[in-house]
Amino acid sequence: MLKMDIQKVDLFYGEFQALKGVSMPIQANKITALIGPSGCGKSTLLRCLNRMNDLIPNVRIQGTILLDNFNIYEPGARVEDIRKRVGMVFQRPNPFPMSVFDNVVYGLRVAGNFNKSFLAEKAEKSLKAAWLWDNVKDRLRDSALDLPLDQQQRLCIARLIAVEPEVILMDEPCSALDPIATAKIEELMNELRASYTIVIVTHNMHQAARVSDFTGYMLLGEMVEFGVTSEVFITPKDKRTQDYISGKYG
Amino acid sequence: MSQKSETVVYYVLQFIALSAMGSLLLIALFILKEGFPFILEEGPSKFLFSSTWEPAKEHFGIFPMLVGSVWVTFGALVVGGPLGVAGAIYLVEFTPKGLMRIIKPVIELLAGIPSVVYGFMGVAVLAPLIRTYIGGPGLSVLAASLILGIMILPTVMSISMDALNSVPPSYKEGSLALGATRWQTQYMVVLKAAKSGILASIILGMGRAIGETMAVIMVAGNAVKIPNSVLDSVRTLTANIALEMGYATGRHRQALFATGVVLFLVIMMLNSFAMWSLKERRKK
Ligand SMILES: Nc1ncnc2c1ncn2[C@@H]1O[C@H](COP(=O)(O)OP(=O)(O)O)[C@@H](O)[C@H]1O
Ligand SMILES: [Mg+2]
Repeated sequence: MLKMDIQKVDLFYGEFQALKGVSMPIQANKITALIGPSGCGKSTLLRCLNRMNDLIPNVRIQGTILLDNFNIYEPGARVEDIRKRVGMVFQRPNPFPMSVFDNVVYGLRVAGNFNKSFLAEKAEKSLKAAWLWDNVKDRLRDSALDLPLDQQQRLCIARLIAVEPEVILMDEPCSALDPIATAKIEELMNELRASYTIVIVTHNMHQAARVSDFTGYMLLGEMVEFGVTSEVFITPKDKRTQDYISGKYG
Repeated sequence: MSQKSETVVYYVLQFIALSAMGSLLLIALFILKEGFPFILEEGPSKFLFSSTWEPAKEHFGIFPMLVGSVWVTFGALVVGGPLGVAGAIYLVEFTPKGLMRIIKPVIELLAGIPSVVYGFMGVAVLAPLIRTYIGGPGLSVLAASLILGIMILPTVMSISMDALNSVPPSYKEGSLALGATRWQTQYMVVLKAAKSGILASIILGMGRAIGETMAVIMVAGNAVKIPNSVLDSVRTLTANIALEMGYATGRHRQALFATGVVLFLVIMMLNSFAMWSLKERRKK
């Protein structure tokens, strides 16, 4: 089932065109990976999906991005609502400078929930879903900034899960982590796939091959190839994809 | 540059730096030496908490001035604190970068306006307005609070702006990505992250308000009595020193120095508190 659909999106940073007629389907409850060399526009495309690019001055976007058949760039669409449905995990873990608990329930408070027992229950559930509960259950009141990096990243995932988004966007979520922490996050993603639609940007091809169901290969702002991950990696149709995957490029 | 001339430059600079610090230290010592014995002699509690200030009759109680300083400073904070912080948030968050490049220097320029000009505005415009529309003599706690509130705005704003600017953008992104509005992001994350810097800005503004003299003399009315309302005239510690130092002799003169000591201690305390809270922020 189609969860989101990117249709012929052009994006300009001032004069510079960072995305050129990009189209890509995003299937529900699957992991879609975006790969490509640095600077090809992966992050830019990902940030289109929850309208984070709106924050950058002088950005111009054309085209359509559907979320359950609703164009998120429709004039009058409420950005806050879109971002509640399409959440994001950033490259560097960015927990807020507050306690672990306050981090997890942040999104709920933003949405107007202040009932203590409800928040506590949600916090526990979300932390469990992010496999963090056992690490932090005795230090919920401690500052989140004191956690090790991989736990910080899982906390960022937990605080996203707490608001029950439909889609989770991840921009190189493991690039600040060591291999063991990376493996844990990958495992977690695999688990989350049952309930969420995930789009992950990675410059690590092996990671894309390991975790994703679909893969899009981007180059210089264009979507060169998109398909089922195994096909993209084993029998790429485009010569440029072949070169990239065999390590001749990037 | 040769090794030798470098050494010379080093010692010259060191001498200049040390003599600057040295002269500050001497001033502090001088004030302490002149004023402190008087406090001990008179008895600290009598000096601080007695309400009669009649130098001719050897009554030296600075309580009315202490209260005056507190009222006026508190009033300045009520006026300048929220205004300054809100202004800083607005400028940092909702003003385009290009415009900011003009506005920031203008704010810093405001800090350079001589206080007598502020005082003049108070006397010529504000006091008559208060007298006509609200009541009282016009020259009052209210007038002084408003003028001082405006005078501390540049301090509060520019330090608050620095604090807000140093909040990592990733906090803001994280909040917006969870569906928070810009306002929610401001008060739930950015303000929290910048709170020690903002606190420091308010404390430094407070130090400025307590220490201000000329503008206060011009607009506060300077009556030596404990005010009953914001419309009453007051005299502050600084005003007391400036008004009487010119003709004071003997114990009267010592009493004024002692007033200076009290002022000095209060400002030192505020500044150390501000430094401490700035350091707290850096630790995070
Ligand atoms: N805020 C911005 N302003 C101007 N150009 C940008 C901005 N962000 C990214 N770019 C440019 O857009 C291109 C794509 O960037 P990005 O999406 O970050 O690539 P990737 O994530 O694939 O490394 C790059 O050439 C980059 O320099
Ligand atoms: Mg990127």
